Amino acid sequence: MSSDTDAPASDAPPQLFASRRRLIFKGRNGLVASLTSSAALVAVILLILFATAGGQSFRFYFFNPHFLWIALRGDPVKAVSSVLGGIVTNIWIFLLCEVLVLFFGLVIAWVRITTTPLLVPFRLLATVYADIFRGIPFVLVIYIVGYGIPQLSLGALSNESPAVYGCIALTLTYSAYVSEVYRAGLHSVPHGQILAARSLGLTQYATMRRVVLPQAVRTVIPPLLNDFISLQKDTALVSLIGVVETSRAAQIGQETYFNGSFLTMSALLFLAMTIPMTRFTDHLIDRDREKRLAGAQ
Amino acid sequence: MNDEVLKMTSVVKRFAHHEVLRDVSLTLHRHEVVCLIGASGSGKSTLLRCANLLETIDGGDIELFGQSLLDPRIDPDLVRRHMGTVFQSFNLFPHLSVLENIALGPVRALKRPFDDVRDEAMALLARIGLQDRAREFPDRLSGGQQQRVAIVRSLAMRPSLLLLDEVTSALDPTLVGEVLDLLTDLATSGTTMLIATHEMSFARDVAHQVAFLDNGVLVEQGPPDQVFERPRHDATRVFLERVR
Ligand SMILES: Nc1ncnc2c1ncn2[C@@H]1O[C@H](COP(=O)(O)OP(=O)(O)O)[C@@H](O)[C@H]1O
Ligand SMILES: [Mg+2]
Repeated sequence: MSSDTDAPASDAPPQLFASRRRLIFKGRNGLVASLTSSAALVAVILLILFATAGGQSFRFYFFNPHFLWIALRGDPVKAVSSVLGGIVTNIWIFLLCEVLVLFFGLVIAWVRITTTPLLVPFRLLATVYADIFRGIPFVLVIYIVGYGIPQLSLGALSNESPAVYGCIALTLTYSAYVSEVYRAGLHSVPHGQILAARSLGLTQYATMRRVVLPQAVRTVIPPLLNDFISLQKDTALVSLIGVVETSRAAQIGQETYFNGSFLTMSALLFLAMTIPMTRFTDHLIDRDREKRLAGAQ
Repeated sequence: MNDEVLKMTSVVKRFAHHEVLRDVSLTLHRHEVVCLIGASGSGKSTLLRCANLLETIDGGDIELFGQSLLDPRIDPDLVRRHMGTVFQSFNLFPHLSVLENIALGPVRALKRPFDDVRDEAMALLARIGLQDRAREFPDRLSGGQQQRVAIVRSLAMRPSLLLLDEVTSALDPTLVGEVLDLLTDLATSGTTMLIATHEMSFARDVAHQVAFLDNGVLVEQGPPDQVFERPRHDATRVFLERVR
């Protein structure tokens, strides 16, 4: 009987071995392959940095130990502020704004989703607010706040330091972003949960507080942390209205000594601040995915 | 003596222009079990949601213990505390333990001290044989166990009546029995219940009254042997033949 398939007609076992070429990357050979490629990559990078003219000048400009050290401690004689001192400003601005943003973001989100008649006009206001501050570039917000408020003769409010205006601008913008994160989280709780809570006679407030919020928190934390990583970095933008924080201090150093190691040091300090947060956020996201995968089996 | 607990009179409910309930009148007396039957989409869930004010009605009246719930002074939260509601999909709170699920209403709505509530909740759990699962989270329980917890959660509010919406429809067939047994047990001990269900033999055995809803119209209502054995309307007969 003839057949048009290629199936072997005899009892010979099928060929199951990988080809020679594929064997190179399998098993213990795979480890050897990955070690070889890593070593090659490191060698190329070192070669470029130490054996080429471009590499030398790159190291001198960005990784000069002498200037890295000056960047850290500053140089009062030449009016160069310490990059390390600058980061302290970034940190307190971040911490203060984080707390304010967590609070105002929640208030705005809450107002936007509640249906209490009393809050209807505020709901409109909150929506307009979120639209505006998500739509204007932050650079403009910080100029408007930092140069605008002092012109308004609003008493004490018009005589604050630039850092305070920076905080106000950051809080205004980030509260709008974060309110959206909260709102998505609150909407992620199934409607049946709300029906069940209301059916037990819980008020709208108690339903929110005891049933919706605790469940929303889990979905909200990773995107919230992502926004906080951006907030940490955007604290550098308060330098636009004259605050000498770490990136501005680095820029002054770079202009004074014509050396980029100041910028490098400032970047390293930022990384020391953001990387733990980034790792932690990714860890939470992965853990949540594993949980969901475990639940879906 | 007037023992009417819930009385719906000519209730009309519309979604946009779609009339989902048309002139529905239904009375639930103390210690009475009324089973609401009808094809899916006939308006059973809507009727139950109107009863506990999760929906507003477009006509007719609903009275609880002789007081109209349309009175503007009525507080829906207070009304709902007298009506236990159980859903097809359990809707237990996943972030709370079994015990906390049961205690939430009494503690947060009735403001009763947790210590009293806990003892009562444990007694309720003992009644369904789940007292040693009190500290666990709902997702550790089977569907039948979850639904029984949802039922005692509504009982913990000491409601005057229970509204149950197809509480066995989402369950694996092997788990339906334990939930129906609990309902039978509640009926025997005199719990007032309005039960939307597709379990015809349960309705026949347990209900005092059976009401048949067809496309938003309450076509027929009467004792189970009358509705099931000698239905007066063709629509009822057709429906019963289809589900049999
Ligand atoms: N929120 C709603 N908006 C619009 N239509 C609805 C809504 N809820 C229910 N309906 C409609 O009302 C009818 C009755 O639904 P329902 O009460 O759920 O029936 P049952 O519970 O008997 O299956 C259906 O046609 C359904 O599509
Ligand atoms: Mg239904």
